[in-house]
Amino acid sequence: MKLIEARGISKIYPLGEIELKALDSVSVTIEEGEFLAIMGPSGSGKSTFMNIVGCLDIPTAGQYLLEGVDAGKLGRDELAHIRNRKLGFVFQGFNLLPRTSALENVELPMLYNGVAVKERRQKAYSALKTVGLEGRENHHPNQLSGGQQQRVAIARAIVNRAPIILADEPTGNLDTHTSREIMELFQKLNGEAGITVLLVTHEPDIAAYSRRVIRFLDGRLVSDEKMQ
Amino acid sequence: MISIPWTARIALRALKVNKMRSALTMLGIIIGVGAVIAMLAVGTGASRQIAEQMATMGSNLLIILPGSQTSGGVRTGFGGQTTLTLGDAEAIQRECQAVQDVAPIHNGTAQVVYGNLNWSTGVMGTTGGMNDVRDWPVGAGRPITDEDVRSATKVALLGQTVVDNLFGGIDPLDQIVRIKKIPFKVVGVMAVKGQSVMGQDQDDAVFVPVTTAQKKLFGTSFPGMIRQIMVKAKSARDLDPAEKQVTELLRQRHHIGAKKDDDFSVRNLTQMMQAAEQQTQIMTLLLGAIASVSLLVGGIGIMNIMLVSVTERTREIGIRMAIGAKTWDIRLQFIMEAIILSLIGGTVGLIAGVTGSQILSVVAGWRTIVSPFSALLAFAFSGIVGIFFGFYPAYKASLLNPIDALRYE
Ligand SMILES: Nc1ncnc2c1ncn2[C@@H]1O[C@H](COP(=O)(O)OP(=O)(O)OP(=O)(O)O)[C@@H](O)[C@H]1O
Ligand SMILES: [Mg+2]
Repeated sequence: MKLIEARGISKIYPLGEIELKALDSVSVTIEEGEFLAIMGPSGSGKSTFMNIVGCLDIPTAGQYLLEGVDAGKLGRDELAHIRNRKLGFVFQGFNLLPRTSALENVELPMLYNGVAVKERRQKAYSALKTVGLEGRENHHPNQLSGGQQQRVAIARAIVNRAPIILADEPTGNLDTHTSREIMELFQKLNGEAGITVLLVTHEPDIAAYSRRVIRFLDGRLVSDEKMQ
Repeated sequence: MISIPWTARIALRALKVNKMRSALTMLGIIIGVGAVIAMLAVGTGASRQIAEQMATMGSNLLIILPGSQTSGGVRTGFGGQTTLTLGDAEAIQRECQAVQDVAPIHNGTAQVVYGNLNWSTGVMGTTGGMNDVRDWPVGAGRPITDEDVRSATKVALLGQTVVDNLFGGIDPLDQIVRIKKIPFKVVGVMAVKGQSVMGQDQDDAVFVPVTTAQKKLFGTSFPGMIRQIMVKAKSARDLDPAEKQVTELLRQRHHIGAKKDDDFSVRNLTQMMQAAEQQTQIMTLLLGAIASVSLLVGGIGIMNIMLVSVTERTREIGIRMAIGAKTWDIRLQFIMEAIILSLIGGTVGLIAGVTGSQILSVVAGWRTIVSPFSALLAFAFSGIVGIFFGFYPAYKASLLNPIDALRYE
């Protein structure tokens, strides 16, 4: 099933006289259950693409369909609903709420869809367990290592059972060893829970965990290959 | 959507992070609410005082004075023309249906002497009707009787202040006092009345039969002359008819032609008091309005801080939006912060206002009353201030583009 479908999407930023094409007519289809890495040099449009896929941004031209629904036709709150139910974000900079415990950070998505307190708590605990952070529930982000913070972010991304995880350079701030642990976690989520994972990375080692790699250059999609 | 209690929790936590800032923002509301409550308390106290004095005046009271109320430059004003007579008073009592009781009054000041003590006071010649007209009973002894009036007996009733000043501990009943050197027998002591509207001590007075005052004490420029007539209408509803009947009767008795002005004037005391009360109410409103300005300034303070807070927490807003917060989730969060700020400010302001009013009444000696209504009003107002001034920053936050908010440095 076509989970994600980009039909000639462009993102153009007007920069004074000239226009900057951050994305230039990108068309790609991603199926359910894929583990896909997005590569390309800095400034090639990877993050721009991810943000559009994540319904955080809208393309200037072209169509983006998520589960067959044209995201361009949805309002703010409908997009928010989709982000809440279908998408889990993992950012390079973790983006956890400061002064808020790991548990409460993980509970956050459920706060916005009316899950009862008890269930919320229990799901957050089990998500933290899945990412191997048992016993750290009450730590605040500034009391956790980078790898641990990223695990909290992953727990937050999966706690709502979102079918898609979007990770923009999730290991960018982490050392090799920790990066490997995080990637194994993604692999497990993809393999065991069938979650579709889209991952932006600069490093071939990281991309090697995926089963398909697409490459951007100057906003254009230049290659799309399956891995062994 | 996110539930209200959770929104409140999130808001409270955000406010706790910046304790000092939250406290200072509240201070604006505290001062505003406190000022509104204190000002309204001063105003309410003043009008209550007037209302109470009004009650001591006697109710449904008309006062008839010689001279025209609409007097132009030619006339000499009230009392300049002495046209009222005891006969007028008796006629009113006899003929005006809406009138319950009448008290003719012929008064002046005189020195009252008992033993070697003397006291200068107002001496009022009147009849027994006075007790009813002014709702002022005799405390001890007996009132002035019709027989006293008929025979112009030399009897007197003393006000409590006069008793205190002349008699120390002695029972004044049946004692002889001298008024203008004429001996009068004290037959009664009036009940304590208190201050009048104008702040006069009403108990500083002596009452004698009106005829005695005319013949023995103050004299008359024409037969039967009195200085004023007090009339009590049968009920509040009878006040207007009574005024009409009295006017008609007196015009007739004074032979005033159809086109001529009255040579007397009828004053409705209740109306005068109501006018005074209205004035204090206007004053109360004015004070309240001035105080509201500080509440407004407090509100602007909240808005200011909320705008800063939105800017500071743009990234947080971005994170919340990325994981599914909707427009109203974000709005509620910031509105809630503003409401909590202003409601806590309102509560503390309420306490400050009540304390402040009490301090005012102790230090400045003003009567202050904090009515539950004004407290409720100030409290509700502070809530509204929170919603009103919190809305714009919340609205601004909710319309941020998620990706811009996330990228905000
Ligand atoms: N808000 C913006 N306004 C103007 N230009 C932008 C904006 N966001 C991105 N760009 C431009 O769009 C291009 C693509 O940016 P993008 O963030 O997608 O690159 P990237 O591939 O993620 O790079 P990196 O690997 O460094 O993260 C860049 O040239 C960038 O300068
Ligand atoms: Mg990027």
